[in-house]
Amino acid sequence: MHQRNVGSGLRGFAVVLACCTFGLVIAGALVTSNDAALSVPDWPLSWGKLVPTLEGGIRYEFAHRAIAFLVAILTTILAIRMRTRLAWSALALVLAQAAVGGMVVKFVTPAWATISHACLAQLFFAVVVAIVVDLYSVAAPAVMRSPAPLVAAVALFAQTILGAAVRYGLVLPVAHIAGAAVATILVMWAALSILMQHMENATLRRPAMLLLSITFSQVFLGIGAYMARVAYSEAPQPMPVMVWFSVAHVAVGSLAFGAAVALAMIVYCQPRSETVMANRGIVIA
Amino acid sequence: MTKIWMGAVLIAGVTLSSLTLVSCGGDKPPETAKSEATAPAAAGGAAATPDEANGGTVTGKVAFAGEKPKMATLDMSANPACERAHKGSNQKSEEVVLNDNGTLKYVFVWVKSGLPDGKQWAVPTSTVSLDQNGCMYKPHMIGIMTGQNIEVKNSDPTNHNIHPMPTVNADWNESQSPGQAPMMKTFARQEVMVPVKCNVHPWMRSYIGVVGHPFFAVTGDDGTFTIKGLPPGTYTIQTWHEKYGPMEQTVTVGAKESKAVDFSYKG
Repeated sequence: MHQRNVGSGLRGFAVVLACCTFGLVIAGALVTSNDAALSVPDWPLSWGKLVPTLEGGIRYEFAHRAIAFLVAILTTILAIRMRTRLAWSALALVLAQAAVGGMVVKFVTPAWATISHACLAQLFFAVVVAIVVDLYSVAAPAVMRSPAPLVAAVALFAQTILGAAVRYGLVLPVAHIAGAAVATILVMWAALSILMQHMENATLRRPAMLLLSITFSQVFLGIGAYMARVAYSEAPQPMPVMVWFSVAHVAVGSLAFGAAVALAMIVYCQPRSETVMANRGIVIA
Repeated sequence: MTKIWMGAVLIAGVTLSSLTLVSCGGDKPPETAKSEATAPAAAGGAAATPDEANGGTVTGKVAFAGEKPKMATLDMSANPACERAHKGSNQKSEEVVLNDNGTLKYVFVWVKSGLPDGKQWAVPTSTVSLDQNGCMYKPHMIGIMTGQNIEVKNSDPTNHNIHPMPTVNADWNESQSPGQAPMMKTFARQEVMVPVKCNVHPWMRSYIGVVGHPFFAVTGDDGTFTIKGLPPGTYTIQTWHEKYGPMEQTVTVGAKESKAVDFSYKG
């Protein structure tokens, strides 16, 4: 990561993109949880129009497409303005995500496409988070050499894949539950080792505590989502409790993965200048 | 920065390998009542038709024992047009429909095995209708032969998408707007059952039994079924209910003989 002067406008733009991407993750979870993924059978148009009649499941699917379009535009602008590998990666991911989303519609949900769509969404969100961290030039004054933060991020992403596979019935929920236990232990390893060694360092302490909090919340949301699915397994349609638990589980899962990636960025990025050191890890351009 | 890229590569590697593993094992259809393609001959070829005058007949009823299930009320508030279609009355799920005589409606009954190997059966030229009316599929369950036409209609003043979810037949998902012309569809391979859903209205669900011969029936308001014109032989008769699953019995019928085979599901 190299030092450069970055205007507050670009940082703010990246934060807006991150917020929109998080909104897109929520919109996608609403589509899946409401069983509305194929309510719009054509792509890129919607029922042959730019704006279809907004009713039933079409509302969720079209909102998802509209937010996705906005995110793609914002990502393109950011990539053109930043011209970094991370920004180009984000653009490549969002375009790939749009293409996979289109294939899900065109080829009527092949399992590989739906799971790829869910996983690419999380990966894209993580890259956008990495861009924000990069733009704010956050780095830890005391660099850790432990692989724990990176391992925790990989474990949380693997959980995303397992969660999507469970949702589409390709693996049993027990795999995702076992994965949750492993991922939580790895997150605790990453966060607690940072807290024990660098409690005085706010640049490290805050994201580590945030990652722990989000991950624990995610475990309880996962339990809630599972119990809601069991409780309403015979319901003739998606029930609100089931929908909201599932959406919250997906959304907080994204936040956990994003927090792990942010922590890994902060830990592994070398302090880049004396200014960094002087500002306890925060460069103010 | 190099380490970040190494991490990204590692994450991408995990994604790809996991997807490969998942997709390699995930596309196998489950072992349910379906078989390899039984391609009936097109009408007009050397295909046979059921000999109702001289063949055997299997009749029966599908009873239900146990506590009467309470059918869930459908929430159609997501689309006012659907609510208006029912004039404010609550529409119940058709997952389990218990007839007044204690029998079950919407049970698919078919000859699962026992027919002469390799015999080709003529595809009926008649079409089977599947209507979307009041944001419900009417009827809730149909049976067709492989290659037989289904006419999918939209009688509602609202949009529907028709999305069958077969495991051995080809997937499709098409939109149908109000007033749009009916669409004709066929299934090429035998599959019992093919669920059909509408993603615009997630409570809408129907089932299609696709069979490679003409010996099948769906129970109606009296819970009975009749399968006529069977060649003399011993057959496995299977029933399939969307909640209670399949049941089987074996029956032997001779020429012009009628046998009764009753089934009973427990709640």
